[in-house]
Amino acid sequence: MEQYVTKMFNFTGVMIQFILNNQLVETNLPGGSILLDFIRGDQHLKGTKIGCREGDCGACTVLSGSLSANDHVHYKTITSCLTPIINVHGKHIVTVEGIGIDAVLNQVQKSMLEHNATQCGFCTPGFVMAFSGYALNKETSITGIRESISGNICRCTGYKSIEKAAVDIFEQLKHSPKGRSLDWLIKQHFVPKYFLQIPVQLKKIVTLSPIKAGVFVGGGTDLYVQKAEELQGMEAIPVNQMKGLTDVFQNGTKLTIGAGLTASDMLNNELMMSALPRLKEFFQMVSSQVIRNMGTLGGNLVNASPIGDLSVLFLALNADITLLNPDNESSRKLPLKEFFKDYKKIALQKDELIQSLAFETGKTMAVNFEKVSKRTYLDIASVNCAISIQLKGDEIKEIHLAAGGVAPIPKYLKNTCEFLTDKKLNAENLRKAHCVMKEEIAPISDIRGSAEYKRLLLRQLFYAHFIRLFPNRVKSSELLNV
Amino acid sequence: MKNIDSTSHLSGKSIFIDDMPEIQGTLFASVVTSPIAHGKLLSIDFSEVESLPGILRTFTYRDIPGENQIGGIVPDEPLFAEKELHFVGQPIALIVGKSDFICQQAKQLVTFDMEILHPVTTATEAFERNQFISPPRTFKMGDPENAWKECAYVFEGTAESGGQEHLYLETQGAYTIPMEKGKLKIYASTQGPTAIQKQTARVLGIPMNQIEVDVNRIGGGFGGKEDQATPWAVMVALATHHLNKPVKMILSRHDDMYMTGKRHPYTTYFKIGLSKENKILAYEANYLQNAGAAADLSPAITERTLFHCTNSYFIPNVKATVHSCKTNLPPNTAFRGFGAPQGMFAIECAIHLSSKELNIPVEEIQKINLLKEGDEFPYGQKVQNGMLDNSWLLADKQWNIAKLQEDIRQYNAQHSLKKKGFSIFPVTFGVSFTNTVMNHARALVHIYQDGSVGISTGAVEMGQSVNTKMLQVAAGFFSIDMHKINIESTNTTRVANTSPSAASSTADLNGKAVQMACNALLHRLKKVAAKLVSGNEEALEITNEEVFFNKKPTGITWKELVKTAFLQRVSLSENSHYATPEIHFDKTIEKGHPFAYHVFGLALTTALTDCMRGTYEIEDVKIVHDFGKSMNQEIDLGQVEGALMQGIGWMTMEEIAYDKNGVLLSNALSTYKVPDLYSAPKSVEIIPLENESDNLAILKSKAVGEPPFNYGIGAYFAIQQAIKAYNSDYSMAFNAPMTPEKVLMGLYEQT
Repeated sequence: MEQYVTKMFNFTGVMIQFILNNQLVETNLPGGSILLDFIRGDQHLKGTKIGCREGDCGACTVLSGSLSANDHVHYKTITSCLTPIINVHGKHIVTVEGIGIDAVLNQVQKSMLEHNATQCGFCTPGFVMAFSGYALNKETSITGIRESISGNICRCTGYKSIEKAAVDIFEQLKHSPKGRSLDWLIKQHFVPKYFLQIPVQLKKIVTLSPIKAGVFVGGGTDLYVQKAEELQGMEAIPVNQMKGLTDVFQNGTKLTIGAGLTASDMLNNELMMSALPRLKEFFQMVSSQVIRNMGTLGGNLVNASPIGDLSVLFLALNADITLLNPDNESSRKLPLKEFFKDYKKIALQKDELIQSLAFETGKTMAVNFEKVSKRTYLDIASVNCAISIQLKGDEIKEIHLAAGGVAPIPKYLKNTCEFLTDKKLNAENLRKAHCVMKEEIAPISDIRGSAEYKRLLLRQLFYAHFIRLFPNRVKSSELLNV
Repeated sequence: MKNIDSTSHLSGKSIFIDDMPEIQGTLFASVVTSPIAHGKLLSIDFSEVESLPGILRTFTYRDIPGENQIGGIVPDEPLFAEKELHFVGQPIALIVGKSDFICQQAKQLVTFDMEILHPVTTATEAFERNQFISPPRTFKMGDPENAWKECAYVFEGTAESGGQEHLYLETQGAYTIPMEKGKLKIYASTQGPTAIQKQTARVLGIPMNQIEVDVNRIGGGFGGKEDQATPWAVMVALATHHLNKPVKMILSRHDDMYMTGKRHPYTTYFKIGLSKENKILAYEANYLQNAGAAADLSPAITERTLFHCTNSYFIPNVKATVHSCKTNLPPNTAFRGFGAPQGMFAIECAIHLSSKELNIPVEEIQKINLLKEGDEFPYGQKVQNGMLDNSWLLADKQWNIAKLQEDIRQYNAQHSLKKKGFSIFPVTFGVSFTNTVMNHARALVHIYQDGSVGISTGAVEMGQSVNTKMLQVAAGFFSIDMHKINIESTNTTRVANTSPSAASSTADLNGKAVQMACNALLHRLKKVAAKLVSGNEEALEITNEEVFFNKKPTGITWKELVKTAFLQRVSLSENSHYATPEIHFDKTIEKGHPFAYHVFGLALTTALTDCMRGTYEIEDVKIVHDFGKSMNQEIDLGQVEGALMQGIGWMTMEEIAYDKNGVLLSNALSTYKVPDLYSAPKSVEIIPLENESDNLAILKSKAVGEPPFNYGIGAYFAIQQAIKAYNSDYSMAFNAPMTPEKVLMGLYEQT
């Protein structure tokens, strides 16, 4: 999920610096170089494993700590295989070699040992880092600790022993004082002592002024799956350096969010959560936590995947996007539904990148997101579908529907929406709307399912919105003729 | 006791091939492969590759000094294609250069001139075209031709089961180092070090004693590194042989998925006959196995399908025939279960079809047909210490099967858009290599003069904790502290002519060899001790590192005893050989006693289906499992849980897809989905069967690698039952895996 623009910029270079475990490292590698290769190749730290190089297995998971305003270091997990090294400038990167306590196991490792959560051992460091990332966060729910390893694949254990370790770690952390201080984590042997020195050390690292010529990159989560080899020797410009790309602001009834925000950033943003209270539930089906920590909104949109989860959600929110030309700082606005032109073709000029996205929050719209894939989590949809709807009495006052996997682009279901507007919300009209919908989609058979299946699935997800949102108005028995 | 590698795994210090410190001057390699599934290779152009800076050399079949052949069972697999191309991903050449990166880039610059021929991708098409890997084989018992007349009901059907990608987290790889006088040392991620040694010798035209293969551990194998770890090791060995430089190659995930074979897809035509009382009187099965383009291990896999064609049921009249069909896919290979799961799936489909047609509960057929003590398998062996009735009884006592089913009926009555389904699945799995000659192993045990012990066996550690078990055997036998013992890497110069770590037999075979070696050493040490205490050897015991005479402590420690023995010039090393007794099999009549023993068990599976979306969860799996007398319950439970999950994956979401041109579509982790945390059954309960009867397992602790994989098959039928609960028109086609697509189509299928 990121942006790919080949425009050159005139910046001046500084060496990339970051703290790797307890040491400051610096490199003059091109910014597009891959963090995983730097860790294993240049630094000879072999605990971080290469499993798939596309963010789908979690064997290369490391922690990335960023200094926040109050001198607190906020840690999140990232997959080092998809991370351009420029993205970790000024960060604290922790690998499995840097999380143990003075040559003994930390509490996470001890719990995994106790519950036999390692067999062949290859995926194990990834799980250790994911759990350690959980420990370093404020999150305290049992679903949260499960989510922390949602991006980690183990082929040996069948996960039951790992789950037991998770429960054990959760139980230990449950008793932490509110806020779970670093001191407490050190005392409880979750992290080593040197973590205390990190904020001071990070402050010493000079911010990279927006500098070199190169490729725009967000989280790298799609770009490095598609073009890793090409990008390795190139300079990269992190999009979150660009103006307005990480801002979130409410202007009247419009909420504007920067395109450089990651999915996790959105979940951590109060304005966003109050606009979309069920966002967490929706995003659980979007990739894994570690990828959500990296992948950006703009990346998901410019990727133009016909099944892009965020594209479909924001189409159904009838969002607008703002495109920025950083060269002359000019920008233009257009509805998201006009952005997707054809298969992987978007209305983005060569010099432009997406700056932000805005949607209406003033109306009391009911929103739902549905997705079905071969594997429920960490998978690409066979079909996804989103809705925002507002009723007036029995009637549909306003409705926006979008679906993925049923057309060459993330599809705004214009005709269906038009048909339903001002109609009574009842099963008969929904069935009729489905007949309209059938005519405006054109799914194809591929690895994610046959065309026939996708047609049936979209019908089901379309109906599912109404059963979920209006259980008292629409009965499933009236919709499904079985 | 925990897996002895746990701490190093958890701290990231365990060393896999790609983690070894690289020797200066190490070169890297990438494999050039066929872009087409079937055709003729007219010419190949490396000119652009060779001009790329950093590229040293390319190798093709012309550079092979020995034989261009790596087929283990049948000599039908060249290391590098010569004139014919048989599958997409078939190796044609090796590029060697200064970095992995440059080799990967170079690969894309190779151009071919080819003539494309029609590719065959399905077993059914290969069967129609008479394309076979090996002649068909048939197991027969009773009088299947005439038995149909006796049957009150006869049903026929088809069962399809799909392939499965191993997806060991560590991809295939090898690292070769040149030694003096043309010798080679190969580090490889393999379950079969001897296979690599043998095939390298063959390809290089040098004797086996010039090649040392060493395996420290592997990051998962599951059968995928039994035979198919060989080509990559042989290729880098070839490069080292020519260049006299260390060469390392680790396949990218993408290359690994493209180039290596998978579990065999099967199409099975079955016919089942029952009496009025639901006794199964006759069963006929015709298996079409999709073997891919070369034999690999397929002939052995066909055999195991036949050995498990009736799974846990006694059927007096059986005819089972397997056709190993040659297609233009990568050669399919060993995968946990080795053909048995496909056979078990088919017979279970036949039973479910019968239940559907007769409109009776499945268990009414299952229960009365379970194998009983002394019943004969279609291959002549008889059930000994059978545990199926016990499994069923224990499961019923523990969980009340009727109540579980009633709860599900009630749930289904109360929920319109969510339905549950339930299945019972019995498992009977034969343990031993079905090829009798492979059932042997050796161990080399050294007691060093300081009392520490080093053990080498032919067993490869791949996460199954075989090293832990070997250590337990020795520590128990010597009665010394675990920390005094080191399990060495698996190395062909220390333990030669090994069978691969496979067939669930590794701990049994190698453990018995360790036991024998320890026994011989202990005997020698006792002789020395007898002199020290001037007493009788028989009255001596070593307990907790101390010599006891007539059950009284002597004050002589293990360390002292060892030192004394050394000074008395007594050998403190022992090499022992174990070959499984009792087993035999005559292929000319397809009868014998091929298995050292059987493992029995039963799985109860509950699935929950979302009838709106066609998604499902495996709610609950309850297992009664015959561990024998487990020597390490923590480890054995982990094996059952892991195998179960892999079995469920095979039956549910893991879908291998090739297009009609034989190009793999499910070629990455984004398109081939293995179970994640959320796919695991919400609850897994495993209770052990008390079974201390004598068996040939190590310390009576039965093999646990493959048998529990088959419990996953229960998930398929549980989901089917849930679909049926929603849609009475559901036709119940037997076509695994049961993806969400098939579930939704089934939920809304109309007659």
